[in-house]
Amino acid sequence: MSLSFCVLAVVRRKRGIGLETQFAIEMLNITKKFPGIIANDNITLQLKKGEIHALLGENGAGKSTLMSVLFGLYQPEEGIIKKDGREVKIKDPNDANDLGIGMVHQHFKLVECFTVLDNIILGVEPVKNGLLQKKEAREKVKALSKKYGLNIEPDALIEDITVGMQQRTEILKMLYRDNEILIFDEPTAVLTPQEIKELMQIMKNLAAEGKSILFISHKLQEIMEVADRCTVLRKGKYIGTVETAKTTMQELSAMMVGRNVNFHVEKKESKPGDVILNVSNMTVASKVHKKNAVNNVSLQIRAGEIVCLAGIDGNGQTEFVYGLTGLEPLVSGKVELCGKDLTDSSIRKRSTSGMSHIPEDRHKHGLVLDYTLEDNMVLQRYFEPEFTNKAGFLKRKNIRDYAERLIKQYDVRSGQGPVTVTRSMSGGNQQKAIIAREIDKNPELLVAVQPTRGLDVGAIEYIHKQLVAQRDAGKAVLLVSLELDEVMDVPDRILVMYEGEIVGEFNPKETDQEELGLYMAGAKRKEVKA
Amino acid sequence: MKKKGFFKNEGVQSFIASIICILLGLLIGFIVLLFINPKGAGEAMLRIIQNFLKWNRSEKQIESLGNTLVKTAPLLMCSLSILFSYKVGLFNIGVAGQYVAGACAALIGVFGLHWNWVGCILLAAAAGAAFGVISGLLKAYCNVNEVISGIMLNWIALYSTNMILSSYTVAGRKDTPELASSVETAKAIIPNAGINKLFNGNKYVGLGIIIAIIFAFLVWILLSKTKFGYELKATGYNKNAAKYAGMAEKRNIVVTLGIAGLIAGIGASLLFLTDFSQWDINQTSVPAMGFNGIASAFLGGLNPIGAIFSSYFIQHITDGGSNVDLTMYCSQISDLISAIIIYLCSFTGLIRYLFKSGIFSKKKDRPEENANAEPEQPAPVETTAKGGNE
Repeated sequence: MSLSFCVLAVVRRKRGIGLETQFAIEMLNITKKFPGIIANDNITLQLKKGEIHALLGENGAGKSTLMSVLFGLYQPEEGIIKKDGREVKIKDPNDANDLGIGMVHQHFKLVECFTVLDNIILGVEPVKNGLLQKKEAREKVKALSKKYGLNIEPDALIEDITVGMQQRTEILKMLYRDNEILIFDEPTAVLTPQEIKELMQIMKNLAAEGKSILFISHKLQEIMEVADRCTVLRKGKYIGTVETAKTTMQELSAMMVGRNVNFHVEKKESKPGDVILNVSNMTVASKVHKKNAVNNVSLQIRAGEIVCLAGIDGNGQTEFVYGLTGLEPLVSGKVELCGKDLTDSSIRKRSTSGMSHIPEDRHKHGLVLDYTLEDNMVLQRYFEPEFTNKAGFLKRKNIRDYAERLIKQYDVRSGQGPVTVTRSMSGGNQQKAIIAREIDKNPELLVAVQPTRGLDVGAIEYIHKQLVAQRDAGKAVLLVSLELDEVMDVPDRILVMYEGEIVGEFNPKETDQEELGLYMAGAKRKEVKA
Repeated sequence: MKKKGFFKNEGVQSFIASIICILLGLLIGFIVLLFINPKGAGEAMLRIIQNFLKWNRSEKQIESLGNTLVKTAPLLMCSLSILFSYKVGLFNIGVAGQYVAGACAALIGVFGLHWNWVGCILLAAAAGAAFGVISGLLKAYCNVNEVISGIMLNWIALYSTNMILSSYTVAGRKDTPELASSVETAKAIIPNAGINKLFNGNKYVGLGIIIAIIFAFLVWILLSKTKFGYELKATGYNKNAAKYAGMAEKRNIVVTLGIAGLIAGIGASLLFLTDFSQWDINQTSVPAMGFNGIASAFLGGLNPIGAIFSSYFIQHITDGGSNVDLTMYCSQISDLISAIIIYLCSFTGLIRYLFKSGIFSKKKDRPEENANAEPEQPAPVETTAKGGNE
């Protein structure tokens, strides 16, 4: 207590309390410790009125913790928060709401079967004599929508509208509550390029109308485009705040990672060989709706090429991979690997026939989180004679040796080496462990589904190199990705998937993000030969 | 490898958690006794803790210890059945029904088929396994929760057993006859193998406890050393990952509950083939042995070897409870007190959670990346077994 009073006194003396301030929110010298780690170490973030301020940092840099402090979910050990120059105590999210702080979460918090209007007024319903008064609310929503160019239909059901519209509903929720400080948590992850452009424009409109915006992201391009200033965190520490007009992407990334990062994947011209994977007329049923998630899809992948299946999330890519790897049965179609028909084969058979699968969800499918690292390293091979003797006993020593080799070769970092419980490892290293396991199986076909999801630039760079190395070693690689940068950069061939069908094939050298976006959004399509 | 403090060792934490639970249970049991009748509370508590030590002659003590061990064998088997399935992510509350099925089959072997003890044990194993497999099939292929099907099967097993065994009782008696009463059935008694000599000639003590302890080691080996155990645990921790890795996760569920049932079934035969107790065909509640197995499994830290000791302790308390002075307390008191103690025994998960969240130690060594990446991740709370002895 006495310490925080001291800090307070010093800060007061320095800043001169009561003066008119240019800052909407100030978080000064925030320190938040967790057992064994300082998540926020003396971090200062000052958000000017009417500016768009980016918060940049890798995973685990402390962005989420800082925002949780701002929302009263955590109480910092040190430091103070000021609103309009006056110190405030934020004990819980209700306090944050009262101060006019609102947030659009990465995963929307909307009731699917409610209308847009219902969702907006949820929690602050206008009520007279116990009856809802929607008319007033509708007028207010329409006015707000017009003022900021949000273009929203108040009576549409959430489940019927696009992801971009859902996001605008979230924005309207904040505006309806007269929030002055708007926080966007990685808002572009789920959007098409066109939608991203629209969002950027909306953010600029909001700022022009005097709202203060905090934009959390690790996408440098977007920050450069939309933000006025950018605060960079690295490993819980405050690195600096820069004006985007006076900096470059290179500089920002160096601040974020602590070293220079190569954005472009270095690769030679591909030399496609024989057909490795041949999928013909695959149809997979959907678990969500009555239509087929994958509809009559045919594709071929040759040895020595990376083919990318691109598209917006939820257009059948996941189900295609499930059908390919055997996690879901096919309605119809055929899967051939190196000329061998695997259509009705078990998952194990596919795996031993030369198919490796880096799954989309590493926690759901990729790892047994409560197993040790070494046990996860042999997850696809534990039954082989190298690891199990004829009596059914595990050869522990061989497992240990094998795990140690992979850990060294693929630089998988963990607290206690092979015996580390996988749950305690960082996301990047968990992913590296999966990649090591799947690549070391020496597959003919490597299926990598969003292999860089949620990872920081350094890890992304590493994983892309591994994919290219597989290609150069004459393997076939199927990359499924939602990240446009990755789609443009890594593969030799791009297939765009829309509503369960392949609607376009592109050479990454001859297309751009704009064109891909149109196909991904279903605005254009062309016939694709199998 | 980081050097860990003594108190950070998981085994040590588990052990301490169990001890804390036991003390807590004894304390609350004592408070309840105080409320009911403050005069006799101290004496009653002493009786419970003493169990066989109440006898002042050592031969009598050792003989009485033998009785407790006879009943420890089936309890240990039930506890192994629970912890085995729990490791695979299944809560085998049907252990009581599998136990009953085992008892029924063993006694059919004795009175109906006139088999010897080995045959009867195998029959009991098959019956228990069959009940387990039913739960397993329902879970794997119809997605019926094993807790629901287990509870239903418990009652099905109980009343079918009452019905079937009523044909072996002598008219007017509610218990099945003693095995020793006829030559044809006496061969089904599990041999003493000289072990009874250690217990002042207690005729009930025999191979049963040895078989149970062997099973504890077998379960331990199966779970920690074999490919089969690796697959089963993977299925239990994350069935999606097991499927992804090409394991037959449905088959594993069926096999797991089958094995769990087999263990419980053998457990029942280890009691009823000693002649120590007879089946009461009028009973309307599922024997507590299965449910006590739940508490015992958790008290033993879900470790097969730990279960040996926790099973003994719980049986010790249960037997001790029957020594409470009935002039001061009503006859239900022994069950009530042992139930309270057993109930608290299953709180080891909570205590271990408190350990992890650092109530007992100021410095914690949570891995850096984890704390950093997802600080709000809730620590997993063990499912504590409830509904032990109601």
